[in-house]
Amino acid sequence: MSLLTRIIGWAVLIFGLLYFFVPLGGLFEFSLRARRGVYSLDAYVRVLADPQFQATFSYSVFMALVTIVIGILIVVPTAFWVRLKMPWARPYVEFMTLLPLVIPAIVIVFGYIRLYNTSSWLPLTGSLTGTNALLAFGYTMLALPYMYRAVDTGLRTIDVATLTEAAQSLGAGWITILRRVILPNVVPAVLSGAFLTFAIVIGEFTLAALLDRPAFGPYLQRIGANKAYEPFALSVIAFGITWGCLALIQLVSRFSKMAPPRI
Amino acid sequence: MSFLALENLQKSFGAVQVVKDFNMSIEKGEFVSFLGPSGCGKTTILRMIAGFETPSGGTISINGKDQSRLKTSQRNIGMVFQAYALFPNMNVFDNVAFGLKVAGTPKTQIEARVKEMLALIRLEHLADRYPYQLSGGQQQRVALARALAPKPQLLLLDEPLSALDAKIRISLREEIRQIQRQLGITTVFVTHDQEEALSISDRIVVMNAGHADQIGSPSEIYNHPATRFVASFVGTLNMIDAVVADPAAQTVRIGDQLIALRESVGNRKPSDPITLALRPEAASLSEHGDATLRGEVISASFLGSVVRTKIAVGGSTVSFDMFNSPDLRMPAPGEDINLHFSSGDLLIVRD
Ligand SMILES: Nc1ncnc2c1ncn2[C@@H]1O[C@H](COP(=O)(O)OP(=O)(O)OP(=O)(O)O)[C@@H](O)[C@H]1O
Ligand SMILES: [Mg+2]
Repeated sequence: MSLLTRIIGWAVLIFGLLYFFVPLGGLFEFSLRARRGVYSLDAYVRVLADPQFQATFSYSVFMALVTIVIGILIVVPTAFWVRLKMPWARPYVEFMTLLPLVIPAIVIVFGYIRLYNTSSWLPLTGSLTGTNALLAFGYTMLALPYMYRAVDTGLRTIDVATLTEAAQSLGAGWITILRRVILPNVVPAVLSGAFLTFAIVIGEFTLAALLDRPAFGPYLQRIGANKAYEPFALSVIAFGITWGCLALIQLVSRFSKMAPPRI
Repeated sequence: MSFLALENLQKSFGAVQVVKDFNMSIEKGEFVSFLGPSGCGKTTILRMIAGFETPSGGTISINGKDQSRLKTSQRNIGMVFQAYALFPNMNVFDNVAFGLKVAGTPKTQIEARVKEMLALIRLEHLADRYPYQLSGGQQQRVALARALAPKPQLLLLDEPLSALDAKIRISLREEIRQIQRQLGITTVFVTHDQEEALSISDRIVVMNAGHADQIGSPSEIYNHPATRFVASFVGTLNMIDAVVADPAAQTVRIGDQLIALRESVGNRKPSDPITLALRPEAASLSEHGDATLRGEVISASFLGSVVRTKIAVGGSTVSFDMFNSPDLRMPAPGEDINLHFSSGDLLIVRD
């Protein structure tokens, strides 16, 4: 019986691994076949040399960084305040941060366009800066579930209430408390939220395409529709970026475990 | 005029009144302890003084200045918490420097002041350590230095020693008292440990369910407890149930034994119940004093330097301590003995 369950367990695991890696292996293998008869990195060279690739990729990286900053500025004070003064509101706030997982991005972006079009009271889509800002806010929203959860978990590791009171008794105001006491203590959590945000923004298609911004996601789609080998090379690169982010999260959380706050 | 004045202070959480009409004035440089059982409102009063809670009624003034409109950060109060509450992301130096940095003190002055504070708590050599690299006692000393560095007008400590083990607790409380004397800083210390309060305070407030039962010096509190609650909470006082025999002669009956008291029984009438208190160290087996109680030995326990004997007297249990000596004969259970003491040691306890 136990042997049977062991065998079934292994079989399931192996099936899962195959399910995941075989297509990936095929993808990688195919991306190397740009030159007839031999394996080569031609597809990668062509992708990386494409000025469009460079432009869209750096645009998306920049947007990701902006999104992370906005996310931190919104999420850290909110999570802090909810923990400190409104613990009863936590389920509601958590529910709200989960909404982007339930509401499709396409709904969100149509809502945006309706609300902020050129004939509205706040015509954000009328200018480039406005549209970029709108895109960044949209990204922030998509990243909200991950960012909020990460920061809230980080806050759980410190005694927020007592540290806040200690800082207050030493003369600190709210800004000082957030900047010097709370934020530094949730840095590992904020970073893991930031890497997730980064991965989401780099691959995001819907918002960028519908707001017509030159981001990496729409570029990926365009290449996929028009080229033979390059899309596969791009996919491998995209996978690499995502995995790099996950590895960094692991690294940061491991690093932060070496110096646990003792309370 | 008093330095810290609490007048008719009240606090309710919802329908529950936690602090009831609390009055107290504390002199500059005084070390006052709030002593009382868990849940009696000690922390709540301290938090109102610090500005973390808003009083439901009454006033708090420091140096004649009403504090009700001031935020915590404007009150210039040093606070030490039971859980240390050091900033985990800062080393010892930066923790102690925090208040000074917030106040915008010039760098050279900060350095000098932090050094001075670390010398005060004898931890200069650990300036670069982070909180998680320190023992509990060291963390609490850093917390004390951090609270004192910006020269607060008032120091508040909320059970700062209860998370530490017994030995460190004693040495650190002496250190706190010595530093407090050296700086002359007005201090309010919250504890539920009576020995702690008795050993380091100028005055003690014994709190019972939200109000002060008695305020007095440690010896007043210990030797002349004003209420039954104080008597039972402070020390190991014996409580003896008696009835009034003759109010004019100030005599009471304990079981079937008649005893004359030094103080008046007030307006009690004959055969009214009355509670008396007797400290364990006030009685002995050798002939002394003007009063005697006869009772049957229940137990005698050897505690090292003292022998504690319990006897049954008219329905109450009375325990008394004798110093140990090699030729001491331990009373045997069942034996009848005479307990001698001075009638002045027998106190009437108010309920
Ligand atoms: N924020 C609050 N909301 C509701 N009730 C509270 C609050 N803070 C304290 N209380 C109640 O007030 C009472 C007094 O609490 P307080 O913390 O002052 O007690 P304490 O004397 O410090 O006790 P301990 O020795 O256990 O620390 C308790 O019954 C507590 O439950
Ligand atoms: Mg308390």
